[in-house]
Amino acid sequence: MATSLDQLFAKVRAENRAALIAYIPAGFPSIEGCHKAIKALVAGGVDAIEIGFPYSDPVMDGPIIQAAAERSLSQGTGASDVFAALKCATDAGVSAVVMTYWNPIEKYGVDEFAQSISENGGSGVITPDLTIEESERWSEAAHAHKINRIYVVAPSTNDGRLEKVTSQCSGFVYVASLMGVTGTRTSISSGAGDLVARVRKVTDLPLAVGLGVSNRVQAKEVAHYADGVIVGSAFIKCLAEAEDEAQGLEAITELAKELSKGVREGR
Amino acid sequence: MTKIESTILGHFGPYGGRFVPEALIGALEELEAAHNSALKDPVFQAELSHLHLTYTGRPSILTEAKRFAEHAGGARILLKREDLNHTGSHKINNVLGQALLTKRMGKKRIIAETGAGQHGVAAATAAALMGLECVVYMGEEDTRRQSLNVARMKILGAEVIPVTTGSRTLKDAINEAMRDWVTNVETTHYLLGTVAGPHPFPTMVRDFHKIIGEEAKIQVQELVGRLPDAVLACVGGGSNAIGIFHDFIPDTSVRLIGLEAGGDGVETGRHAATITGGSPGVLHGTRSYVLQDKNGQTVESHSISAGLDYPGVGPEHAYLHDIGRAEYRAITDAQAMHAFALLSKTEGIIPAIETAHALAGAIQVGNELGPDAILLINLSGRGDKDVETAAKYFGIQL
Repeated sequence: MATSLDQLFAKVRAENRAALIAYIPAGFPSIEGCHKAIKALVAGGVDAIEIGFPYSDPVMDGPIIQAAAERSLSQGTGASDVFAALKCATDAGVSAVVMTYWNPIEKYGVDEFAQSISENGGSGVITPDLTIEESERWSEAAHAHKINRIYVVAPSTNDGRLEKVTSQCSGFVYVASLMGVTGTRTSISSGAGDLVARVRKVTDLPLAVGLGVSNRVQAKEVAHYADGVIVGSAFIKCLAEAEDEAQGLEAITELAKELSKGVREGR
Repeated sequence: MTKIESTILGHFGPYGGRFVPEALIGALEELEAAHNSALKDPVFQAELSHLHLTYTGRPSILTEAKRFAEHAGGARILLKREDLNHTGSHKINNVLGQALLTKRMGKKRIIAETGAGQHGVAAATAAALMGLECVVYMGEEDTRRQSLNVARMKILGAEVIPVTTGSRTLKDAINEAMRDWVTNVETTHYLLGTVAGPHPFPTMVRDFHKIIGEEAKIQVQELVGRLPDAVLACVGGGSNAIGIFHDFIPDTSVRLIGLEAGGDGVETGRHAATITGGSPGVLHGTRSYVLQDKNGQTVESHSISAGLDYPGVGPEHAYLHDIGRAEYRAITDAQAMHAFALLSKTEGIIPAIETAHALAGAIQVGNELGPDAILLINLSGRGDKDVETAAKYFGIQL
């Protein structure tokens, strides 16, 4: 059975464009503010939303997402808030997934986590620190609850391993554009296109590129070769730097509109 | 006989493994291959042995603590003097091994995390010796607690980066080091200082420290004609403990006792006793015991000892605990500081506060077993770095 995310990528392929995927941590800027931000992102035209499970030790994240996670956790964000945000996104009419480090899943219960994703309308989970070697229990749970398993591949992933990792993926493959942590970059590494080309050789799955994209020009550039463009830190920065809530929400809607033009200009 | 071997994926029963961003897999595989080939390479082993003989000061001696023993039920107390190693702790065993591996892999830069500063100093020392660039991440809170070691690292030519995220201690220093590594993995080796982290670190770091137990086993038998009744060591991440335990694991008559940092007392929640007070989970790339809340968020640890102030523990310890081969107890700050003062006054040896936890354990176990018992304690580090903390604790005017 195809998830909402599978259907989205079929649709954007038919439209000959890339999908725009936004990332926001649950509970940021506040529990309630996150729900408003999700609606503002949808109003700006994002195709899918990744709800981040804020974590105390985010080794893959740069300063912007670290600060957002810390702010969210200081307000007591927990698993129920993550699932509420997921439901908020799917209720707003977009595909949604959760992105989380592994330990919160293990603590919640592996099967229970997959079940809660499914029950709240989620399409799947991105697990940036779950290696395929450790993924057996997760594979079973995701399969049982019919959700997508999305793994990250990096420029350092060799061809043999790309084949192994992507064979475990569904929904899309998260292609990290560079070696490093999340955050906005002034330019997108030329390595991203090369990596996408290498991944294409081993899988027919949609490929979404993340790490560093923050503006329309970059979105257009990535949309030229990728099926999805993932933007996180740039949205979070808008919310974190806004003078008040209304201004922050307006800013992310505007940015989403710009980016959604970008993903339609790539080809 | 219990034999502990990590498998290809570095598992110890349900613990260990690899939970890391895909970007690091290549580097971990490269490191695993380098370590495996070095283990079989007589030239590498000879080079490391030569360094230990001429630079570290190995073998480290065994000292019998007779006056201290009077306070430990009269049991014979044998101290394995890792504090006499160059740089003042057991940490040098691991850094020399990993620095040689760094050169073997053709990398020119090492990064390290440090809590008390002992590992940072050892890493900076090895880098100076072998001409490597060295960056040490250290929680801002720890740079204050251990300012002397910060100065030592700088004198040795390392760059010390204070980490201002999270709890600003060892856990956050590891996060920051891992971020650096993800970014610079092609040129950089992450010289992790304990038996935690993703495979191959828990196995590799143990292999570089197991010389402690191998030497001690011979020394104890030469001195007393038999194996000890118990081997004791403090446990933060657990490198000095695994180092002295490992060769005794098959000797089931020998009790292996790890002393964790109980802080204000495990019941207060302000402690760093991960096995005693934590639960299984994943932190910093490995599955082990973790101090965590109901959402799987790491809980901040507390200890007077910066080197034990860590909410995780090596996966091999988690396994040794679960199968009942080793036992783990919590020692409070107060108990550790009592032992710190006692060893100083009875033996003329100022131990590291980390090590004082093991000595407090020796007082307990000695009193339990009585005068016929023979206890081997890993005196893992010297206390010069802790003089300021101790002076403050005991109200000594500086």
